[in-house]
Amino acid sequence: MQLDKIEEKDLIMGKANQEVVSATMQDLAANDRNVIAVTSDSRGSGKLVPFGQKFPEQIVEIGIAEQNLVGVAAGLASAGKKAFAVSPACFLSARALEQIKNDVCYSNNPVKLIGISSGVSYGALGTTHHSLHDYAVLRAINNIIIAAPADNFETEQSIRLAAETNVPVYLRFGKKAMPFLNPADKTFEFGKGRVVKEGEDVAIIGCGETVYPAYLAAKALEEAHGVKATVVSMHTIKPLDIELLDKLAANGRPIITVEEHMVNGGLGEACASHFMQSGFQNPFKIMGIPDEYTVTGSQVEIFNHYGISQEGILAEAKKLLKL
Amino acid sequence: MTDKELQLKSIHLRKMLLKYIYKAKAGHTGGSLSSIDFLNVLYNRVLNVDTENFRSPDRDRYIQSKGHCVEALFSTLADRGFFPESDLETLCQYKSHYIGHPTKKINGVEQNTGGLGHGLSISVGEALAAKIDGKTHRVFTLIGDGELAEGSNWEAALTGSHYKLDNLYAVLDYNKQQITGDNQDVMNTAPVRDKFEAFGWSVKEVDGHNLKELEEALNSGPFEEGKPNFIIAHTIKGKGISYMERVLKWHHGVPSPELYEQALTELDEAAALI
Repeated sequence: MQLDKIEEKDLIMGKANQEVVSATMQDLAANDRNVIAVTSDSRGSGKLVPFGQKFPEQIVEIGIAEQNLVGVAAGLASAGKKAFAVSPACFLSARALEQIKNDVCYSNNPVKLIGISSGVSYGALGTTHHSLHDYAVLRAINNIIIAAPADNFETEQSIRLAAETNVPVYLRFGKKAMPFLNPADKTFEFGKGRVVKEGEDVAIIGCGETVYPAYLAAKALEEAHGVKATVVSMHTIKPLDIELLDKLAANGRPIITVEEHMVNGGLGEACASHFMQSGFQNPFKIMGIPDEYTVTGSQVEIFNHYGISQEGILAEAKKLLKL
Repeated sequence: MTDKELQLKSIHLRKMLLKYIYKAKAGHTGGSLSSIDFLNVLYNRVLNVDTENFRSPDRDRYIQSKGHCVEALFSTLADRGFFPESDLETLCQYKSHYIGHPTKKINGVEQNTGGLGHGLSISVGEALAAKIDGKTHRVFTLIGDGELAEGSNWEAALTGSHYKLDNLYAVLDYNKQQITGDNQDVMNTAPVRDKFEAFGWSVKEVDGHNLKELEEALNSGPFEEGKPNFIIAHTIKGKGISYMERVLKWHHGVPSPELYEQALTELDEAAALI
């Protein structure tokens, strides 16, 4: 069974998260002339063409120059603008890293860094266009919120919150249509993970586009093996929801993290660091992209290859549960 | 302040920056001495800034891209009353905000700088925001000649011209030397004027130690409507101290007690001639 072939009757399919980014930014811009989109020849891929048509005075095109994109956005933010620097996550978080570190984070110019087509969204375009390093490099920088919203609700809320937040934010969005998750908790705040599904036997922690296959794996675990899983959308990688991690680990159940990122330095290692330093010894597995030349193919093919899929997560859960 | 007093101020600021470099046993001596006359004119004849209410939104901006010449900036700010000069006793000490590069923790500092090739982009953003809001304040930045090899400067140069930012003034401290040697031997960036003109900037060249020329250039903009302003300030690294002028080791050299005394004597002699 392939991820893109699954029909999940419980969940309503939404749009690609990055389309919701654009719609939300338009809504914000209509009510606040200080909302500015800053782009690097990326308004097409960022779905910002309608934004530019409706608010030509509130979009600044920089051209293909990400260092300058972030530096100019820092200057705009310093002058009081709510600057959303929208650029493919791969270039934004690597080419402009020193500008992020110095001009945004260190100088505390609250730019909203919007990484689009993140992770392996660009699929067969290859490693130059993948962002599998962004959590790791940005986690090592002080004064930045890092988040990967999972569904359209989290996406819209994250953009609205980012507009009002006076510290730098990095948000990361993919191109694939995502279903609405349906947690009991209908609120969103940075640094507070959302429990999408509850179950005491195993916990699966995802972020961004990996939460959906985690959810599907949890459903399959329950149906095929009677195993009950908790699934968490840990949308904020920094600051991490320590309180929730403690709750998840308390009963000693196995814990799996799944991310669209290298297994080095991302969500999984952030959780592992907390668990170890807090004395938890739960069976634990970090799922993600391994430290190798990434396999070629579409996003779904890459996900399936590395087990970021219903089957892959199910298999890891069974291993940890010794089923 | 009379013109004579302004000239004496340049001497005073040289003494100040040398004093704190000598005390801290660290600093970027040569570049601070090449840029101090510009800073003197900027803060005492050009910038509209308020020491009591520095963050006022309509202030002129000054972003020092060559952040390492912080001793010149700190001396100028202290002299202008942004903070007590005694604060500089803590320069580069444990837990002091007065570190080897500018930070916003200090009253009067616009941006944290230090990584080279960053100031022009931030200045473009500030100037663009002013244009968007229809404000008339100006944005100044000081760039080192060595950092012109950073590609980000040229990205920002394109943007300044593209958005017709005639409220933006980039000043080049053109002392023609950097840590390894002369610019032309390390990485030749000449001809700078032709390059910035080709990028759509309006360029003026001045003697960067002539206070009158500096003031005229800094206050006469925009040089051409719709074009960002570029001022090439021809300077001398180590200017004012005979044994430091154009001598590479003073890029970040700290004088011995004897050489420090000699420097003060030379500056007193120069003051007597004003």
